[in-house]
Amino acid sequence: MPSSLALTAIIGAPLLGFFMTIVWSRAAAVVASLTSMVVLVAAVFLAVSVSAHGAVLTSLGGWDAPLGIELAADGLSVMFMIVSGAIVLVVGAYAQHEFVHPGTETRSGFAFWPLMLVLLAALNGIFVSRDFFNLYVCFELLTLSAVAMVTLNGKTESITAALRYLLFALLGSILYLLGAVLLYAQFGSLDMGVIGQSVSSSGAEILAAGLMTAGLALKTALFPFHGWLPPAHSGAPPPASAMLSSLVPKASYFITIRLWFDVMPELAGNPLTLALGGLGGAAILYGSLQAIVQTRLKMVVAYSTVAQLGYLFIVFPLAGGDSAAQPWSAGAWTGGMLHALSHALAKSAMFLCAGLFIISARTDDLEALRGIAQTMPMTAFAFTLAAISLLGLPPSGGFIAKYLMLTSAFASGGWIWAFLILAGGLLAALYLYRPVRIMLSLPKQPGQPFKPISRWWQVAPLVLALGAVFLGIGSNEPYALLQIGRPVAAETGL
Amino acid sequence: MTAALPFLVLMTSLVPALATFWLPENQAATRNGLNLGGAILKLVLVAYMLYAVGQGAVFETRLELAPGLFLLLRIDALALLFVTLSAFLWLLTTIYAIAYFGNGPNLSRFFGFFSLCVAATTGIAFSGTLITFFLFYELLTLSTWPLVVHKQNEKSFAAGGSYLGFALPASAALLVAIIWLESVTGPIEFAAPRELSGLDAFDLRLILALFVLGLGVKAAIVPLHGWLPAAMAAPAPVSALLHAVAVVKAGAFGIVRIIYDVFGIDLVSQLGMAQPLAILASITILYGSLRALQQDDIKRRLAFSTVSQVSYIVLGAALAGPIAAIGGLAHLVHQGLMKITLFFCAGIFAERAGIEKIHHLDGVGARMPWTAFCFSLGAMGMIGIPPMAGFVSKLYLGVGALETGAGWVVFVLAGSSLLNAAYFLPLLYRMWFLPAREDLETQPPSERPLGLIVPAVVTATAALGVGLLAGAPISPLGWATLIIERDYLP
Repeated sequence: MPSSLALTAIIGAPLLGFFMTIVWSRAAAVVASLTSMVVLVAAVFLAVSVSAHGAVLTSLGGWDAPLGIELAADGLSVMFMIVSGAIVLVVGAYAQHEFVHPGTETRSGFAFWPLMLVLLAALNGIFVSRDFFNLYVCFELLTLSAVAMVTLNGKTESITAALRYLLFALLGSILYLLGAVLLYAQFGSLDMGVIGQSVSSSGAEILAAGLMTAGLALKTALFPFHGWLPPAHSGAPPPASAMLSSLVPKASYFITIRLWFDVMPELAGNPLTLALGGLGGAAILYGSLQAIVQTRLKMVVAYSTVAQLGYLFIVFPLAGGDSAAQPWSAGAWTGGMLHALSHALAKSAMFLCAGLFIISARTDDLEALRGIAQTMPMTAFAFTLAAISLLGLPPSGGFIAKYLMLTSAFASGGWIWAFLILAGGLLAALYLYRPVRIMLSLPKQPGQPFKPISRWWQVAPLVLALGAVFLGIGSNEPYALLQIGRPVAAETGL
Repeated sequence: MTAALPFLVLMTSLVPALATFWLPENQAATRNGLNLGGAILKLVLVAYMLYAVGQGAVFETRLELAPGLFLLLRIDALALLFVTLSAFLWLLTTIYAIAYFGNGPNLSRFFGFFSLCVAATTGIAFSGTLITFFLFYELLTLSTWPLVVHKQNEKSFAAGGSYLGFALPASAALLVAIIWLESVTGPIEFAAPRELSGLDAFDLRLILALFVLGLGVKAAIVPLHGWLPAAMAAPAPVSALLHAVAVVKAGAFGIVRIIYDVFGIDLVSQLGMAQPLAILASITILYGSLRALQQDDIKRRLAFSTVSQVSYIVLGAALAGPIAAIGGLAHLVHQGLMKITLFFCAGIFAERAGIEKIHHLDGVGARMPWTAFCFSLGAMGMIGIPPMAGFVSKLYLGVGALETGAGWVVFVLAGSSLLNAAYFLPLLYRMWFLPAREDLETQPPSERPLGLIVPAVVTATAALGVGLLAGAPISPLGWATLIIERDYLP
């Protein structure tokens, strides 16, 4: 059974790699790269298999749930696995230069690779788990590796940021665990399938789901719980920031989607969807306004994450609750997922660009980057491409995502959501235009204040940014793949 | 072959664009070869399509982006009108730009975005669905910005900022209009217009207003024109392309498509939107001319002249009569030929003789005869002196206005012609009849290299030719007549 092997490999390979990088730290970078390649190949294999035969399921060691651990991959899982596998692979290739370079700190160089692989294993675990307890274990692992990554450079402000992150994340875990305990008391199981079949909309279930959602929202940095995100994401080393900002919040969001769309869609009433959508809208406005006033590139990009995560929660009023049965629901849901994926690619590209700028200019102060496009045209181009996707301009994944969400908003008469989506795009233009303009301006004094960077190194962010663009040009396949295994089939398309 | 033809034509611009970005700065020969080769190949394909579409053929390329979301490239007679203009002027502007920049910096970037801009224009012309139109319309916005800021100084960044400041909210308005309309009717293809009369009239009016808002920025309809004079900070070849083909025409062309192929002219009249649009266009025509009169800078005067002239196309579409529509469509080509001549010449004046202000033009006719002569031809065309191209447009617009009972438009046209004369004739007078200025004698002006003056001569001759031969079936007027009679008259 090769697909069960692939399902095991996407978690097993990075865990194995994790031990190898610790034991054999001299070859850590090579091991990490090979491992993420294996994971990506396995994810692509799973995608082919899922699109041919539908969702795949395997039980570890032959023990069925609820006794054993079941792993399952549907279209949604494989899309997230492919994108996160690709991002980790490219970020790993980029980090070869950053951490294996002579003269950089050895501690961060040693710790980065194992942390990266744990992060990948935890992410994949979340994408294929069908049990709320296994999910909990995976995302605790994810949180711990993410927090450790923030501290990599050892600066005081990074450690403060990491502590704040840890506190928020632990609070989130407690809330989630409380909810999970309530669910267990109710159903005697934490298996998604078991719970999904016997949801009865009782008060205890609503409370449990509400607690879990609150915990997950904390970890997704949904406004107003976003405070930990910008310092943590801007304080980490750039390759770490790239993964933290693009993938880690998506994992808790992924669980929220599973909870409300797969397990208990009946429970998602208007109060809940409106509340999540409203907070998402507030995140878009607040995050964008904050991004406009930042003076450091990494802070602009980090606040942009706060804003872009807001879009993901607008999916709830458009596709959940009363809307779930409507024809536009599938479009809104798919738009949200495509947004999560294209944002992951664009945002990781942006952080890698910021990393290269920091190495070249020794700072990410916006004013100090004036004219850097002359030294690094390819990186500036990659940043601009990523910006186009974040703005939701065609041709990019961000555009298709916003187009789908806007179409549902208009079809459902949700004018306020349409307004928020459009306003977010225009605000993003404001906060991203400034860095692009500064990069392209002529330097104030002639001469080269910037250190040249090798062309190959600059390819990494470009690959990710092009990925975000191609998600828009070739969105037919991802669209079809995302529908596989959905409880409500979305065959009508647009 | 025929199914892939629209795609191939698009690729003649897109491939050189994408390849040029990667060329090292010093490979000028390869770069010029790529871009000129693409332009020549495109002209050949266009010539074939003109023949085939004249015989009644239609070419379609259809790609699925997401389920139900089609990228449809479709060549009909109207698309071909626009593409022929853009292909012809792309070749000439490329020759001009190569001569203009010489060995300047950042040329791979420049020519890459330049060809991308033409590719976007081609895509706009070929768009068969609203969403395809939007995709290329935005690609145009994005690919034009690097051209506007090409000089990378504060002035050009201010111009680029102003451009995006107008263009991005406009694209949001356009997207809302498209999605709102399609959320009720389903995806709209231009070739198969939906029955819209079932929709709420108020909603339809609002949607149409949003369309005009979204497209009016690029068409520089007052009060959405503010970016256009500022964009003069760009190098001369960019201004030439922006004003004659790429940006302003994309807006005007879009408005024509929306009126004729999405709403249908009858519905626009029923909704009571045709007359307000005609009035808006008339205001723009007069306002642009008045502002042009006040400008001391040659390029700014030309820019306000563009604001005025492009609205002739909108006026032709809004008048809701076949003859006016023919006049408006013919003007799409006529204005392009005349205005690009003027900008070519203004660029030569500025680059080769340091002439930027109107009073610098004194006596330049004797010293730069070719440039001054071409400029004069273009200016006379703009005024509408027979038998120049501008005369033909205005004649048709006037007759068309009388035919639809909008007699007041004749006064607008007459007033605009008087204003055109008022802001162009003094320039001609200075060039030909005033003695040369002493302070310019130090640097002998030159019209070389040939790459600068030959394109101007060609477009000036073309502007004269399309007026003289307006009766021929293959002239812009003849083609516009074919479009209206074959595709839009019942």
